[in-house]
Amino acid sequence: MSGYPEYMQGYLKLVETTRPDRVGKALRAMTADEKEQILRDWHPDYKMDQKRELKIGSSAGELMPHEVVNNLEAHPIISPGDIDLSNVTYDVDVLVIGAGGAGLSASLTAIEHGVAPDNVLMVQKLRLGDANSKMSQGGIQAANAPDDSPTMHYLDVIGGGHYVNKPDLVEAMVKEGPDVIRWHEELGVTYDKLEDGTMQLAPGGGTSRKRMHSCKDYTGLEITRVLIDEFINKEISYVEFTSVVELVMDDKGQVAGAVLWDMDHDDYKVARAKSTTLATGGFGRLHIQGFETTNHYGATNDGVVMAYHVGARLRDLDSTQFHPTGAAYPAQIVGQLCTEKLRARGAQPLNKDGELFVYPLETRDVEASALIRECYGREKGIITPTGMRGVWLDTPLIDIINGEGTIEREFAAMFRTFNKFGIDIREEPMLVYPTLHYQNGGVEINVQCETNVPGLYAAGEVCGGVHGKNRLMGNSQLDLYVFGRRAGRFAAERSKKATLGSLTLDHLDVYEKMLSDAGVETDRKAPILLPEYRGKRTLEHQLKLL
Amino acid sequence: MEENESEMVTIHVMGKKHRVPADLTIMKAMEYSGHQFRRGAGCRGGYCGACAAMYRVKGSYKLQGALACQKIVEDGMYIAQIPFSPAEKITYDLLELRPDANTFLEYYPEISRCLSCNTCTKACPQDIEVMDYVQASLRGDVEEAAKLSFDCISCGLCAVRCPAEIVPYNVGQLARRLNSRYLIGPTKHVIKRVEEVEAGEFDADIDELKRLDRKTLQERYEGREVKL
Repeated sequence: MSGYPEYMQGYLKLVETTRPDRVGKALRAMTADEKEQILRDWHPDYKMDQKRELKIGSSAGELMPHEVVNNLEAHPIISPGDIDLSNVTYDVDVLVIGAGGAGLSASLTAIEHGVAPDNVLMVQKLRLGDANSKMSQGGIQAANAPDDSPTMHYLDVIGGGHYVNKPDLVEAMVKEGPDVIRWHEELGVTYDKLEDGTMQLAPGGGTSRKRMHSCKDYTGLEITRVLIDEFINKEISYVEFTSVVELVMDDKGQVAGAVLWDMDHDDYKVARAKSTTLATGGFGRLHIQGFETTNHYGATNDGVVMAYHVGARLRDLDSTQFHPTGAAYPAQIVGQLCTEKLRARGAQPLNKDGELFVYPLETRDVEASALIRECYGREKGIITPTGMRGVWLDTPLIDIINGEGTIEREFAAMFRTFNKFGIDIREEPMLVYPTLHYQNGGVEINVQCETNVPGLYAAGEVCGGVHGKNRLMGNSQLDLYVFGRRAGRFAAERSKKATLGSLTLDHLDVYEKMLSDAGVETDRKAPILLPEYRGKRTLEHQLKLL
Repeated sequence: MEENESEMVTIHVMGKKHRVPADLTIMKAMEYSGHQFRRGAGCRGGYCGACAAMYRVKGSYKLQGALACQKIVEDGMYIAQIPFSPAEKITYDLLELRPDANTFLEYYPEISRCLSCNTCTKACPQDIEVMDYVQASLRGDVEEAAKLSFDCISCGLCAVRCPAEIVPYNVGQLARRLNSRYLIGPTKHVIKRVEEVEAGEFDADIDELKRLDRKTLQERYEGREVKL
């Protein structure tokens, strides 16, 4: 029984017909010039009418997607007069905002560096651990193989990022990769291993070695749930369903905590802290250029907005990651991630004639551009019942190449998701199209995870600089733990020395003045905290792309 | 997309009746009907377990569980979300545990009340053999419990249905950490690489790359040997 509609059956036949000849075949990777050309012609980042210059603040003049500029050229939700800063509900040394991989690592590391568990407070908009970190499927990079090295990892990261990454951050990440994996195993994370006890490693787009460690295709889930379990074991204090709406400063110009919004009670509370770490994740739910997204419900760019209100510098926000393979069919799961590991284990992208059209492991920006070109440039995509276009991702090859049972064993999540809609990916391909996946840029940090604002640290997707203009698969997972642990350590050390002055929200008045001086007239407010899908908006899947 | 009345169904969300397009998931149908989630929504992709829901369909006595982000609405559905499962996660120091049945019995003694009724397995939206991993834990078969529970997303539906009041997902989490820490253990080549990094073996090479001008760096990248 096919899981696809009648009119697609002819196309599916073509995939089956060409399959035997495609086993073990791949087109060559593109040259540097070809890559540059296809990015220019087809990558959404290069559509200049989809961006504009930010008018205000420390990164004024930088080009960013309209959706991000809209979020930054917006009024803060609160005014200084709304909040009684003398009424402090939480008074701690270390405040961590966000409870994904970076926030959990920062909290666990802060207590290792001598902060008492009840002197750390983790604030989370949704539930403990609900974050993009948990949704990562394919793996985490670390140069652990005998034929690999942190040096090769460095080169892959910086070339993949188009040479604009911050070298010190890349160095920190690749060197600490092995220790992150060691730490995870010590905590009881279960990585996939071979019979001989060595790691089962896979390649990823743009890697020069097999460097991807995985936990089936539940890599992020497995790591996150172990960290959550340990976080609870350590009795670190936390509060869920509480959004941070603004950072609080003191009269010495330091960040000194945050204003929290208790979402169960619609009530504001004040947290005072000697150091504050942003681990709020990215912006998928802003639906840049109308793209569907792989991202978590809470990924609304809040951290970048709040950091900007206190004067933090931003970088690389002109660049957005579109994952090459989001689901294009069935409609219920459009935009959801189909892991890159599928291609790493042999699945091939095919056009409607059942032909290969791209090397399957180009970097994500290049691979995504090739899929877009195939659908809209060469008109070789399949059109879905809702009018979307997509290309095949020929998954049955995975079992043909690696042996029967591989899909069920290594891709339990993918198999389950598609099975619910009647598609057996062992027998039939997936239909895919690029989907909004990752905020490449963000708040600028140094290797100690400090921003340019004293007292404010940041780690994970909210930051920019680590991945340059394009992130490689498996490096966001690594980024979370490397920089999460660094933020925890340096925020803890600072908290032992810092003394706070009197609390203030005057920076919000300053921000309002910048908006009016720049002539920004708007009723937009940010951070937006929750995406808006009520009513008919839930049916909107309109791409502005083409 | 314009909805067509013939493709609409009736659902009852916490008792309130709504007409919604027939092809929406429970989550999107609730949003369509005007709800903005605070609790009960998470990854929206079946990975986080935040959106557990229970439902009955008109004309059937069967009480069923699902993830709201994965389940498509049916005509006559009565839906309640279970955004929180009331359960205590026991705290422990992993380094002081032993990977055997006594550990499970000490921390979660209620597993001995398992009636083998299989209600937990039937409730699982991930199709996990929940009862089998609870039983494996009782026997002290840590590896089996870890393996069987691996795809668990802790949505809590097993725990709210269990007549013996067991919280299976907590038991599975303990099993997996024990299995990894004690039965699988650390990976030798990872430890070796950590030591090499700490000894500074890669410092000079990375330092050199950091100092290269853009053009030379690009040449190095384009010319690097790819071994996959």
